[in-house]
Amino acid sequence: MKQLHFVTGLIIGLVVLVVSCLKLQPAAPAQDQILDGPVDGLTFAQNAQHRRGDAAFTGEIFTKKTGLGPIFVATSCGSCHAGEGKGHPFSTLTRFGQIDSMGNQFLNMGGPQLQDRALPGFTPEQIPAGATFAKFLPPSNTGLGFLELVSDADILAMSDPTDTNADGIKGVPNWNNIPSFITPNLNAATRNGKYICRFGKKGSTYNLLQQTASAYNQDIGITTSFIPKDVYDGVTIEPEIPTNIVNDVLFYLQTLRAPIRRNQNNADVIAGKQLFISTNCAGCHKPELKTGFSTIDALSYKTFAPYTDLLLHDMGAGLDDGYTEGTAITSAWKTPPLWGLGLAPNSQGGQYFLLHDGRAKSISEAIQLHGGEATNAKNNFNALNENERQKILTFLKSL
Amino acid sequence: MKIKYFTFFSFTIISLSTNAQIDPSLLRRIPIDTTKTLLNMDAIYNRPALQAGKLPISLGGYVETNWQHVGTDGVSEGHQFQFRRLSIFIASSISKQIKFLSEIEFEPAEKEISVEYAAIDVTFHPLLNLRSGIIVNPIGAFNQNHDGPKWEFTDRPIAATQMLPVTWSNAGFGLYGKYYKKDWMFGYEFYLTGGFNNSIIENNQNKTFLPAAKEDAKRFEKSASGKPLVTGKIAVKNSNVGEIGLSYMGGIYNKFQEDGLVLDKKRRCDVFGIDFNTSIKKTKTNIISEWAWIFVDIPATYTQQFGNKQRGGFIDIVQPFFKHKISGWDNAVVNFACRLEYVDWNVGKFIQTKGNIGDDLWSVVPAVSFRPNSLTIFRLNYRIQKQRDLLGNPPANTAGFSIGISTYF
Ligand code: HEC
Ligand code: HEC
Repeated sequence: MKQLHFVTGLIIGLVVLVVSCLKLQPAAPAQDQILDGPVDGLTFAQNAQHRRGDAAFTGEIFTKKTGLGPIFVATSCGSCHAGEGKGHPFSTLTRFGQIDSMGNQFLNMGGPQLQDRALPGFTPEQIPAGATFAKFLPPSNTGLGFLELVSDADILAMSDPTDTNADGIKGVPNWNNIPSFITPNLNAATRNGKYICRFGKKGSTYNLLQQTASAYNQDIGITTSFIPKDVYDGVTIEPEIPTNIVNDVLFYLQTLRAPIRRNQNNADVIAGKQLFISTNCAGCHKPELKTGFSTIDALSYKTFAPYTDLLLHDMGAGLDDGYTEGTAITSAWKTPPLWGLGLAPNSQGGQYFLLHDGRAKSISEAIQLHGGEATNAKNNFNALNENERQKILTFLKSL
Repeated sequence: MKIKYFTFFSFTIISLSTNAQIDPSLLRRIPIDTTKTLLNMDAIYNRPALQAGKLPISLGGYVETNWQHVGTDGVSEGHQFQFRRLSIFIASSISKQIKFLSEIEFEPAEKEISVEYAAIDVTFHPLLNLRSGIIVNPIGAFNQNHDGPKWEFTDRPIAATQMLPVTWSNAGFGLYGKYYKKDWMFGYEFYLTGGFNNSIIENNQNKTFLPAAKEDAKRFEKSASGKPLVTGKIAVKNSNVGEIGLSYMGGIYNKFQEDGLVLDKKRRCDVFGIDFNTSIKKTKTNIISEWAWIFVDIPATYTQQFGNKQRGGFIDIVQPFFKHKISGWDNAVVNFACRLEYVDWNVGKFIQTKGNIGDDLWSVVPAVSFRPNSLTIFRLNYRIQKQRDLLGNPPANTAGFSIGISTYF
């Protein structure tokens, strides 16, 4: 009898447990608190490819055995782009070389990127004498597929090289040479054989395929069928990862969704957005862009809110590192998208590291470091009262 | 050391069929010795076993199996039914002074059969014994004393499996001995064995990870550095106070030369452990704890992703609260237990920001266990765990239940 009670008690207990365990487990973070995740409306097969790309991007840690280095900056994409959020000074990389559009004179001395880490027994690179350099903090990888699909015509329409509207903002695209493995888009604008590039902080990279292949090569020391030359000795070797993996990662980047706004209807946020526009921050950080045609339905002809114009702006002497890429001048930086800004501390170890090299420790500091073409906007911002400035910051954190 | 499944199974079948010839009444169960004062280092020999008649061989082993439902940040693998491992011991007293013990572990999930331990012990004097073969390096206490049925938790401590390599064994030899007087007991162990390799800093965990060296089965034949791994432990026990162990394990881990060609400088990996266990007489509370520090010489030009310092440990508190005859089980005990554990895989500061490097974890595991007899345990655990990434971003939260059975046989 006693035995029966014991056993019944045990069974009931276990059933209760099994049911309750689902309730007691940690909930998923709200979707608006995280950056990774696919765009809505992918097909089953597209979702599967997105997941494969995620696994390679986040999960594949390279070692000596799988091709790491021998000189490198990090061991995986995910080491620098954790959770797709903004990076940290630890994952910042350095590029060195030229000060003008004559091209990098240091390519045969390890340029453009400094592989400052090496497998045991190897010596990492050092910046050669005479080369200038800049540091690049990893941006958040979010909504990239949308940015890739903005038409050249739209980008050119935002450009104002002679400042015809006299707002102090010019904005020019980075016309750059593209590598032979890149096929330009159908309606691509060209100028002297150069194309409008839009990725990277100097806007010198044409598309996500170029970004991906060069990241494997320059950041991790992994050769692909696109860039088969080893970063250490420049010798062409067998691809260290198969082309289909590069394609999966590419697809993953293209189909990453845009950040979901938080507190969008808060009165301060709405007021902050108005002030952001009236101070002409929005002259560069454009609130709305649209995509052209894409074979991925979920990305085709969509309007989105990245807060960038994908153009280069002279940001003044304070942000001039004396290094450049493509046709950008040394003090020019591409307007960084501001979407996802409010989530940056979640991937930067609990604090902000803003601007191209993470030198600004807060949003306010980043604004105060704006110069050059952004001087008017900064002055407008500073002319606001404290309350109004706070509203702009509250708005920026909701992005 | 992987053996082909085939060999293993034919071995089992042969042993089963020979067993079949033995009259079961001749089988003698050798229980765990609870009378003598024993140290943690005795755990290897002090296991229940079966002996057939006068046969000089005794057989034993344990199994561990469980169900779990654990989730991290809203993602759960659902109901998981796991057969963790089957371990078989074969011991033999060859003569009064010479004995042999081996432990073969089968972990189906790892598709692995490994000889975890296989050593010959020769006694010259209680204070002087020679041990040689495949030896479990006595770092901390858990490595030598990891049998499933001994613990109230379905999972092994994280510091013992994900920081220190659990069931870390190597080919080698060494000396051990014990001495006791009244309430005091002293033991020492000292071994030279094969050791680690570059995989501890070149692995897909993206962190310094000593357990990665376990994957290299060649270590039983060829040590990567060509230098011995030195392991030493001293333990002192007072039967009224408890046992404290201090252990050290260290050596050159990297392949610094090949065919006379210097590849790199010699790099050391050093591990220090302290373990303590006691039983509070009045309340019958058992406390088992262990802490370890790891120091790895990593080239400054490698990446801080791989930490040069690690630390971590656990403390288990086990409180029997019901000891009774339950439905035919004479000595049934129900325990409440709790484990607290912590691991920091990368102790240090970022060169770039001088800020703390994260890569750490802590967890609390409350548990209830039921021991119907001294060989078997049923356990119910609930895990609460927080793990931070390298940059110290908001932690991943894990929680969930597990229920397991583990028994010696
Ligand atoms: C060492 C750290 C590091 C690693 C490793 C790394 N990245 Fe990056 N990533 C960066 C930095 C820094 C930038 C900004 C570069 C620039 O502005 O030119 C960047 C930029 C990008 C961008 C462009 C985003 C934009 O908005 O312009 C993409 C896409 C990207 N990385 C993908 C990858 C992929 C794919 C991998 C793995 C193959 C990878 N990254 C590995 C640091 C890293
Ligand atoms: C002339 C174009 C321009 C204008 C006007 C402008 N910005 Fe920027 N903004 C930039 C560029 C370019 C950068 C990147 C500079 C760098 O990385 O060094 C930037 C960076 C930022 C950043 C840091 C983003 C990051 O990811 O690190 C914030 C925040 C920001 N701007 C807010 C504002 C606000 C608020 C205003 C209005 C007061 C404003 N910007 C006006 C061009 C502009």
